[in-house]
Amino acid sequence: MPPSPYSAPDNLGEALGLAAAPGARVLAGGTDLLIQTRAGRLAPTAMVDLKRIDRAMGIRPAGQGFVIGAATPCTALRDDAALVAAWPGVVEAASLIGSVQVRNRASLGGNLCNASPAADSVPALIAAGATAVVAGPGGEREVPVEAIPAGPGRTTLAPGELVIELRLPPRPPGGGDAYLRLTPRTEMDIAVVGVGAALVLDGSGRCTAARIALGAVAPTALLVEAAGAALVGTKLEEGAIAAMLAAIDAAISPIDDQRASAAYRRRIAGVLATRAVARAAARARGEQA
Amino acid sequence: MNPPEQSFRVVGTRPVRPDGADKVTGRALYGTDFALAGMLHGAVLRSPHAHARIRGIDASRALALPGVKAVVTGADFPEAASVAIAGESAANLRDIARNVMARDKALYEGHAVAAVAATSPAIARAALALIAVDYEVLPHATSIAAAIAPDAPLLHDDLFTPGLKPRPETPSNLALHVAIDTGDAAAALAGAAAVAGGHYTTQPVHQGYIEPHACVAQWNADGQAQIWASSQGAFMIRSLVAGALGLKQADIRVTPLEIGGGFGGKTTVYLEPVALQLARQAGRPVRLEMSRSEVFRATGPAPGAVIDIRLGADKDGMLVGAEMTFHYTAGAFPGAAAHPAALLALAGYKVPNRKITGWEVVCNLPSSAAYRAPGAPQVAFAVESCLDELALQLGIDPIELRLKNAVGPGDTGPMGLPHGQIGLIECLEAARAHPHYSAPLAPGETRGVAAGGWANYGGPSTAAVALAEDGSVLVTTGSPDIGGSRAAMAMMAAETLGVPYETVRVTIADTASIGFSFLTGGSRTTFATGHAVIAAANQVIATARARAAQIWGVAADTVAWRDGAAHGTAGDSAGKVLTLAEIAGKAANAGGPISAEVGVNPAGWLPGFGVHICDCALDAETGQVKVTRYTAIQDVGRAIHPAYVEGQLQGGAAQGIGWALNEAYVYGADGRMENPGFLDYRVPVASDLPMIDTVLVDKPNPDHPYGVKGVGETPIVPPLAAVANAVSRAAGRRQRHLPMSPEQVLLGGDA
Ligand SMILES: Cc1cc2nc3c(=O)[nH]c(=O)nc-3n(C[C@H](O)[C@H](O)[C@H](O)COP(=O)(O)OP(=O)(O)OC[C@H]3O[C@@H](n4cnc5c(N)ncnc54)[C@H](O)[C@@H]3O)c2cc1C
Repeated sequence: MPPSPYSAPDNLGEALGLAAAPGARVLAGGTDLLIQTRAGRLAPTAMVDLKRIDRAMGIRPAGQGFVIGAATPCTALRDDAALVAAWPGVVEAASLIGSVQVRNRASLGGNLCNASPAADSVPALIAAGATAVVAGPGGEREVPVEAIPAGPGRTTLAPGELVIELRLPPRPPGGGDAYLRLTPRTEMDIAVVGVGAALVLDGSGRCTAARIALGAVAPTALLVEAAGAALVGTKLEEGAIAAMLAAIDAAISPIDDQRASAAYRRRIAGVLATRAVARAAARARGEQA
Repeated sequence: MNPPEQSFRVVGTRPVRPDGADKVTGRALYGTDFALAGMLHGAVLRSPHAHARIRGIDASRALALPGVKAVVTGADFPEAASVAIAGESAANLRDIARNVMARDKALYEGHAVAAVAATSPAIARAALALIAVDYEVLPHATSIAAAIAPDAPLLHDDLFTPGLKPRPETPSNLALHVAIDTGDAAAALAGAAAVAGGHYTTQPVHQGYIEPHACVAQWNADGQAQIWASSQGAFMIRSLVAGALGLKQADIRVTPLEIGGGFGGKTTVYLEPVALQLARQAGRPVRLEMSRSEVFRATGPAPGAVIDIRLGADKDGMLVGAEMTFHYTAGAFPGAAAHPAALLALAGYKVPNRKITGWEVVCNLPSSAAYRAPGAPQVAFAVESCLDELALQLGIDPIELRLKNAVGPGDTGPMGLPHGQIGLIECLEAARAHPHYSAPLAPGETRGVAAGGWANYGGPSTAAVALAEDGSVLVTTGSPDIGGSRAAMAMMAAETLGVPYETVRVTIADTASIGFSFLTGGSRTTFATGHAVIAAANQVIATARARAAQIWGVAADTVAWRDGAAHGTAGDSAGKVLTLAEIAGKAANAGGPISAEVGVNPAGWLPGFGVHICDCALDAETGQVKVTRYTAIQDVGRAIHPAYVEGQLQGGAAQGIGWALNEAYVYGADGRMENPGFLDYRVPVASDLPMIDTVLVDKPNPDHPYGVKGVGETPIVPPLAAVANAVSRAAGRRQRHLPMSPEQVLLGGDA
């Protein structure tokens, strides 16, 4: 690994200036960047650490919603009681990344911008309707999380752009979310499939809104709008679940690789989606934390 | 002859291990911690192809890079003689030499083809990229099926299957044939009331030690070579390096460094001869170390296996016949433990008619290496699975079925000799009586049991015991400590001498400072090196008694030794006492310092047997298996340090569970390994395992002063089938293919 000039500016403007240099990389927790650099897969000319920039760190209320600094370590999410109460699915996804030690460093911004199709927090964020605040030479823009990944290891960020914050809306009344993944091991593993589900149930248990997003079954984390639509207006009866599963099956394009076959991924996508919806619904009904 | 009940002061207690504090504080010197002034950093260029002829290597651009001090290729190594090397799996010196550096052909992805030494690791790596290798890529075979197919690419054109009579006329990839044929297995199976069988497969698995291979080599000004390395045997390194490079053993001094796990995988050399050649060319010391990816691609693994088996019993569950054919992947060079596999496959049971045929198959995988009980787990997986099937078919409790057939003392062993004081029956009885075996299962949980054993070994060992002037005791051995053996040696010395454990220190010496010891492997060290330590301690006692006699002016045989002191019995000396410390303090001026060095090659080691009980919960929708409770029961002879023996059982069980559930080498169609790292080569993590309970069954070995039997390898033999038997019962389908990954359990066909 050739030594990368490292800098840790304490304001966004300076960070943007440094990040604009050709070959520069933003550094959050480094749990992907440093490993890929050591392995020779990346050779950044410079590393710009975001962790001294106030906006990139910490969890702040925004009305009834939340702003999460893009470089905030995942451990901090679990420690924020209000966030855990509002978006348990997002927090459980972030709490699955790596191990305790990895989560003390790893961030949501890094998980998103590393653009692995198997990133755990991304389907949960997408299901929750999270947005990313993108800062760049031309100013700031706010985009849905699903608009960031472009393919394995690629994002839609323009050169010099970075994600400074992630924003979560207020938890809607009657809302609940969940994230489930399958890995052969219990931890320190990469999702074979991950499913995030967020839904809203009215007083009668009828679903009024639903978002289903999947990881590791397509080149990017995938929002399957038709899957959510299949649930809306139903009480999540068998038929509705079957329609959701059909929509998922039609939308995903899993591949065979050494972690799993496409056929297995397809099968598991359905199993986990069914379970994630049940878990999100139980949370929506207040039956489960 | 059973020894009289012995009582012990030190043996059987649980003192703190002498190497512990340095290890937990990071002070212990492992392979990469050792450095010399002026040391260069080496790097190895490895073949990207699974099979390729090396037409030429141009290193001129690498040599021209500033900071590069040496480049070596196969041409810089002498052609080693074809000499068989004893070890845990048979090997040949010529093959070892070709494995450390390819000559005309690269035989697997990761095979070393050149190496560089430079002033920094970065320069060394940059230099690798400047070496141009002209490869003629050849067709490859990474599986048994591909390697034994009629049109298979041939790895070695001079390999005519040993063990086949008559000698085949054409070379092939079949590297060894072994056969055992007693009675009439076919007829016995035809008449059996129940027959279980099938086609079983296991994948190559790595030993998974935490510490990658590393060494430092230098040439002294007088032409003597020095090597510092972490391994399972400094003497093993000395003899293999001498053989590979054509050096005199006395001209090589190997200093063992602390070892961060080996499990059999560090019973051969990979880097040492290369580092020495680089150091010779550069005129400076050179360190070579592997990355994790190099460890996976170029060292280990244990052989993968394809096994076809039929096992038959009469209606009462008495085994009547067995037929078994197995193929093991040797990797690039012959040697895959087919011999022990054939001998041990049915070693636990009385099966009157048996026909066992084993083959080793060379293929384009890293050359396989010993791994805990080499050869035994794969065949045990098939045999113990069949026993489970028979138990189900016949409606007999699986432990009961094994008890009906288990071998005991006096029964014929695998070598045709009667067994000594083995403890399989006691283990099965302990398993049946264990609360785990009768504990109710939670809904959705199932239980599997399996037994297994290992032959164990003795072998040559040397130990020295010396007294310091203050009476503290220095024990020196040549046996690297991979499982707490320093504690065991100190305890046996303390027990023999009658002094406190705390006064004994153990050093693992370099090859110039102690006589020869065979490597640490075969579960032999506490047994054989322990014998040497006890013998040396007894000689020290004899000398100490003589000195006391001299001081008291009486005959030595009137001086008794107990509780760490000489006791006079004759004449004036009666009632007089001289402690070991007092004698040591006077020794320099009363006959000279006291020490003894003893070399032994003890017979009388005994096989070890174990029985494991595994509960698991299967997620029927995903195929995911969770091991919920696990108990490992083993006849350990007598545990010198029970905590470290329990640790051996737990470690073996953990590795066996990994082998059963998720570990496997994965190769692409291009012959390249796709998972050379711990992220995708899935050893179990802590949260994957329950607490592994252990039961130490004590059936002392009458041929060891303290009853020791080898314990380190047996515990990896039962788990594959223990887990598979539990999962098979949960899935309602016999699990014949490892690893039982979630996908395999849910969708895996039964080919
Ligand atoms: C042992 C281990 C286990 C792991 N297990 C998991 C797991 O279970 N699930 C999982 O999803 N991941 C896992 N990972 C991967 C990794 O930990 C996560 O992807 C983590 O969230 C990355 O965050 P980070 O802050 O460390 O990112 P970094 O490594 O700092 O950055 C990752 C990438 O994103 C870029 N980047 C970072 N922040 C920004 C930003 N704000 N704006 C623009 N670009 C940015 C970087 O330049 C880099 O390319 C594991 C990693 C390790 C080492």
